[in-house]
Amino acid sequence: MSVLGPIIIAGFFALMFYMATSQDTGLKKIAVVDSTGIFIKRIPDTKYLHFIYLNVKVDALKKTLNKTDYYGILYISPIIAYSSGGVQFYSYQQPSLNVTQYISNAIEKEIRNQKLLAYKIENIDSILKSVETKIEIETVKLTEAGEEKKSSTGLAMAVAYIGSLLIYMFILLFGVQVMRGVIEEKTSRIVEVIISSVKPFQLMMGKVFGVALTAMTQFTIWIVLSMLFITLIKAAFMPDLAPVNMANQPQNLMEVSKSMPQIQPQTPQINPELANAFSMVDSINFYVMIGSFLFYFIAGYLLYASLFAAVGAAVDNEADTQQFVFPITLPLIIGIMVMIGAFQNPGSSIAFWFSMIPLTSPIVMMARIPFGVPYHEVIISMALLVITFVAAIWLAGKIYRTGILMYGNKASFKELIKWLKYKN
Amino acid sequence: MEIFKAEHVDKKYGTFTALSDVSLSVQEGCIYGLLGPNGAGKTSLIRIINQIFAPDNGDLYYKGRKMVPDDVLDIGYMPEERGLYKKMKVGEQALYLARLKGLSRADALKCLKYWFEKFEIQGWWDKKVEDLSKGMAQKVQFIITVLHNPSFLIFDEPFSGFDPINATLLRDEILELRDKGATIIFSTHNMSSVEELCDNITLINKSKCILEGDVYEIKKRFKSDVYEVSFNGELEKVKGALASRFDILEHKVVKDVNIVRVKMLQKSKDNELLSLVMPHVHVTSFNEIYPSMNDIFINVVEESNQNQL
Repeated sequence: MSVLGPIIIAGFFALMFYMATSQDTGLKKIAVVDSTGIFIKRIPDTKYLHFIYLNVKVDALKKTLNKTDYYGILYISPIIAYSSGGVQFYSYQQPSLNVTQYISNAIEKEIRNQKLLAYKIENIDSILKSVETKIEIETVKLTEAGEEKKSSTGLAMAVAYIGSLLIYMFILLFGVQVMRGVIEEKTSRIVEVIISSVKPFQLMMGKVFGVALTAMTQFTIWIVLSMLFITLIKAAFMPDLAPVNMANQPQNLMEVSKSMPQIQPQTPQINPELANAFSMVDSINFYVMIGSFLFYFIAGYLLYASLFAAVGAAVDNEADTQQFVFPITLPLIIGIMVMIGAFQNPGSSIAFWFSMIPLTSPIVMMARIPFGVPYHEVIISMALLVITFVAAIWLAGKIYRTGILMYGNKASFKELIKWLKYKN
Repeated sequence: MEIFKAEHVDKKYGTFTALSDVSLSVQEGCIYGLLGPNGAGKTSLIRIINQIFAPDNGDLYYKGRKMVPDDVLDIGYMPEERGLYKKMKVGEQALYLARLKGLSRADALKCLKYWFEKFEIQGWWDKKVEDLSKGMAQKVQFIITVLHNPSFLIFDEPFSGFDPINATLLRDEILELRDKGATIIFSTHNMSSVEELCDNITLINKSKCILEGDVYEIKKRFKSDVYEVSFNGELEKVKGALASRFDILEHKVVKDVNIVRVKMLQKSKDNELLSLVMPHVHVTSFNEIYPSMNDIFINVVEESNQNQL
C-alpha cells in the first residue's frame, strides 16, 4: 500500500490531466450565422475555438452540418437580449460549459459595448478603460499592540482547513488502526506472552506511538512519491503547459484588440490572490500556525488513540466495536461540523466552546487560529487538552490492562466502569 | 533453597475474590504442580507471579529477596491463552520476543539456532505463523517460552491443545530443563501428568489453598489402608482367613491369577495380612494401594466445597 497509494493518487491526477487536456486540444470550428449583423468578426477566436462567419440560412446549414467540418452552429436571432432562444447553439455533441460560457460572455460584452457606443459619449475608449476596475479587498488585522498586519483570509482559511482536516483524518484513520492492532494481539492470543515481558501500559503506549510513527512514515512516502509521480505525469502529459498559457493569452488579447480597437483590453494579470499569497505568508504567523497544528495534531491523536486502544482491549473482535466506536467518533464529526461553521464566524460562542472542549478542540481551534485567537484562550484550550489526554491515557490503561486478558464476554459500559475500579 | 515464595496473597477483581490468603513456596530445581478446578484462581496466581497483576495484599519473594519487576526477564511463561502474531515470520517473531526478554540480538540468534536445530525446524525461519500447522506453532511457542534460558518456568495448562506427540515432547523437554537446573511450575487438569512429573503440588479451590506438599507425602497422607494381593489358589480360603479383620473390596481373575483388593479394618501391620493369607495360597504379589492424584483431587475439592456450604 505504501507504494500503491501514490501510484493511485498519481493515476488519478493523470486522469484529470488527460481529461483536461483532451477536452481542449481539438480545434473547434464554429459557424456563426448572425442575423443581426452586429457580431460579425466580433467574437474573438481562441486557440481552440475558431469562429467562421457565414451568410447562409441556419436551417439549411443545420441539415448539412454533418457534411461540414464545423463543430457547431451559433445562431444569433434578430432579437437576442433578455429572451431565451435568442442565441442558439446547434451541435452533435453537448458543448462544454467552457465553450458556451465563452460565447455568452463575448456576446454580452459586445452588446454592452454597442449600447454604450449608442450614447455617443466622447472619448468612450478612455472612459471605458478608466472604468474598468478590479477590486481586491485587503484585510488588515489590528493587533492590540497597535501594529497592522496584512492578512489574507482566503489563505488563512485554506491553511486552517487543511490543518483541521488532516488532524481529523489522521485521528480517525490511525486511531482505528491502533484499535485493530490491539484486537489482533488479543485475538491471536499473543498479548499475554508479551505482557509477561513488558507492562500492559508500555505495550499500549508502544502501540499508540508505533502506529503514529508508521503513519508518519507512510505519509512521507506518499507525499514524496505522489509529488514525484505528479511531476513526471505533468511532464509527460503537458510538456507545453506553461508556454500554452503564456502564448495563448497575449495572442488572444492581441486578436481581441485587433478586432475591437475601440475597447482596451484588460491588462493581463496573474491571479491577484495567488500573487498576493506569497507576500501574505508572513502575515498569518506561520510559526504559531505550525506550532499549534503540531500540538493539536499530537495531543489530539494521543487522546483519541488511547481511547481506541481501550476499545480494542474491551472487545473480542471488530464486529463488537460498534457500540464503543460510535461515541468516540461522534465528537470528531461534531468537531468537523463546528469547524466548517467556524470559518463563517470564528468568534462565535459555539466555535469558542468547541475549541475549549478537549474532544473537539484539536479540530475547531485549528479553524479559529488563523483569524486570531487571544493567547489566553489558546493556552486554556491546550491545557485542557493536555489534562484530558493524560486522563484518557490513564483510564485507557486501566481498561486495557483488564480488557486484554478477558476473553469471551462482551463488555458493556457498566463492565468497563467496573474494570476502572480494579487495582492494578 | 526456595526460588519463589508467595505469602498471604490476596487478589480481588471488584467484588470477586480470585485469591485469598494463598501462600506457596517453590524449591529450586523441582517441578511444582498448581492444581485446582476451573476458576479456582490458578491463572490469577500465575499472572501475579509474572507480575502482570500486583496482588492486593501479600508478598512475593524471588531467589530469597523481594520480587522486582526485572525478575520477569528470568522467568519463562507459557500462558494458557497463547498464540503468536499470525502475519509475522517465525524467525523474526522469535527474535523479537527474545529481545523483549532482554537478550541481545546476537545471543538471541545463538539460542534460536540451538533450539531450531534441536527441534529440527531450521526450515521454518521464514515461514509465516499462519502457514504453520497447529502442532508446528506449538513447538515454536515452546521455544519462545524457554529461549532466554530462564531459571524459572511457568506453564499454564501446557498440555491442553497439544497432540500426543507434542505433549510427550513437551514432557520430555520439561524434565530435561529440570535436570539442567530450572524450576518449573505448571498448572494442569491432567492428573496423570501430575503423578508423572510433579515433585510438589498446591491445590487451590475457590481462591483458597486447600492442599500443599510433596506428592508422595500427600499420597501417603490420603492412603486408606487398601492392599492388593495376587495369588494362585482358592478365593474362598483367602476370604475365610481374612474375614474378621479385613474387608474384601474387589475381586478379579486375570489369566488364572486371583487379584483381590482388601481394606484393613483395624490398624495392624502389613505383614499380618501376608501371614494370614500365606498358609492358604501362593502369593505372587502384594502392594499397598495409594490413592491416585485424581481421587485425591476429587475428594479434597468436594470436601472443601461441602465445608463451605
